[in-house]
Amino acid sequence: MPTLPGVHLKDEIAKISQRLKELGHGRHLDRAVWDKVELARHPKRPYTLDYIEHMFAGFIELRGDRCYGDDPAIVGGLAAYQGRTLMVIGHQKGRDIASRTERNFGMPRPEGYRKAQRLMLLADKFGIPVLTLIDTPGAHPGIAAEERGQGGAIATTLMCMAKLSVPTVAVIIGEGGSGGALALALSDRVMMLENSVYSVITPEACASILWKDAGEAQLAAQTLRMSSDDLSQLEVVDEVLPEPRGGAHRDHVAAAKVIKDALEEKLRELETISPRLRKKERFEKFRRMGVWKENGLTLF
Amino acid sequence: MARKVSVDISRRGGNTQNGAQSCPGCKELLSPEELRRNSMICPHCGHHFRMTARQRIELLSDPDSWNEIAANLRSADPLEFFDLRPYPDRIEEAEYDTGLSEAMLTGTAKMNKMDVVLAAMDFSFMGGSMGSVVGERFWRAAEEAIETRFPLVVVCASGGARMQEGILSLLQMAKTTCAVELMGEIPVPFITVLTHPTTGGVLASFATLADVIIAEPAAFLSFTGPRIIEQTIKEKLPEGFGLAESHVRHGQVDLIVPRLELKERLVQILGMLEGGVACALQPLWEEEARRSGRGGAFAQAFDRIKALAHSPRRPPQG
Repeated sequence: MPTLPGVHLKDEIAKISQRLKELGHGRHLDRAVWDKVELARHPKRPYTLDYIEHMFAGFIELRGDRCYGDDPAIVGGLAAYQGRTLMVIGHQKGRDIASRTERNFGMPRPEGYRKAQRLMLLADKFGIPVLTLIDTPGAHPGIAAEERGQGGAIATTLMCMAKLSVPTVAVIIGEGGSGGALALALSDRVMMLENSVYSVITPEACASILWKDAGEAQLAAQTLRMSSDDLSQLEVVDEVLPEPRGGAHRDHVAAAKVIKDALEEKLRELETISPRLRKKERFEKFRRMGVWKENGLTLF
Repeated sequence: MARKVSVDISRRGGNTQNGAQSCPGCKELLSPEELRRNSMICPHCGHHFRMTARQRIELLSDPDSWNEIAANLRSADPLEFFDLRPYPDRIEEAEYDTGLSEAMLTGTAKMNKMDVVLAAMDFSFMGGSMGSVVGERFWRAAEEAIETRFPLVVVCASGGARMQEGILSLLQMAKTTCAVELMGEIPVPFITVLTHPTTGGVLASFATLADVIIAEPAAFLSFTGPRIIEQTIKEKLPEGFGLAESHVRHGQVDLIVPRLELKERLVQILGMLEGGVACALQPLWEEEARRSGRGGAFAQAFDRIKALAHSPRRPPQG
């Protein structure tokens, strides 16, 4: 930018362009959306294993994909639920530095998705309903993961969920980040905790692509409409579950109770339908996803 | 091939004034006509340039056999998405620049007289990104394939999900997966051709769910974008990372087919999947059978398969 010597407009330009962005967007930054993103990522927020502990009388973790390894970023196993069995599969983050690294911040590799598939097929075989808990920033980005077919692993997991003849319920409990999250969410019922988020891309990555500045993440989060209210409006989730006052991290037991009650209700609904009809309704549900114009008319 | 191959997804050659491009493979200067005449392949080193959806359809379908379906679907703006410009502006610009209605064209066509449902994606339309219209077009193409029992061939080229439609774009992955599953229940053969580049949500849904996955030479295929991987591992990617050849070695892709052989190969594979209908390998097999003196039984078995496959109403399942 050519300027006169001694004239510094940098700050001024930055201020004005920020203002322009806000005006262009037609509204000011809404702090509430970013609050939700931060709550969804809260380090004390309950994770899959916490919910399992508080929701079920017993749980046996099953590990490994039988091909390559066991991915600690996805956990799964058989849970004792009101005198019967559930298959619970979910992303798992760590609490301290060591476990965070071990769990890879909840970012699964292909073997994690293949383990999930194996467990889903096992559940299908014995007529056990599948509950998935979603909490990941996204699938792991890495050379080895790509070489082992990260894209294909997500795709086949989606396919596996589409095929299941048992009832499936998904709950987004924290971050629902992109394909890595969706892979476990092609379910008959998809619910979301109040302070969780679900989006096609992380706000940081979106900001760095669209605004060339990762610092615009707050604006990106708002623009992407990733909060539970937005998603409920867009009819992407069936129900938003209220969290204990202040957020799920304040009271793990109460948060688990909320999910447990909702699960019970959804399972009751789903189990009155025949497997064939359930599958048909699942396909119709996802067929309806999207908004487009046909012959000039906007269709949902 | 450059050392840090994968970073430049668009793989643009240096443009000069008269529109000539320098080939990224051999640096040879190529005029647009020269490229177009040669199916966008460098005549010197065989580098495959990106093709538009229309060029792709022209390449794969018999003359005058293309019949577009779901042509009147257009993107809406459900999120009222505004980054530096409103989303409808971007769509309008893409429509103007490419002459296309969306990043994927779908229709029926004939390939060497064989009926197929054909879909071609176009990277020049907003990076070939998948939004609601691409998802819906894919669904309609699958429906057409199920109704007519024609096989479905999809040529992929995509940067992934379309950010401007947010979560709805993400859900197109689930939607297209359901469509693939419905085809599988019939079953209708489904082949994808992964061209440069196929990444993100498209790679992680229908592109890798096909019965047979073909890739074009040196096509870049990766779920995560190369820049993000580099940022995460904090080092440069190794040479050849994410290229079709590497994916074949790692067992993620069935075969690599050069562009000029693509149509022939597709017809062969589709024929064989359908149990011998229009099977282009037939003369070869008969030759083999005659030589090994098993002519009678082999030919009989072959005829029976053909008769079964030809039967006008193979009953739908379920």
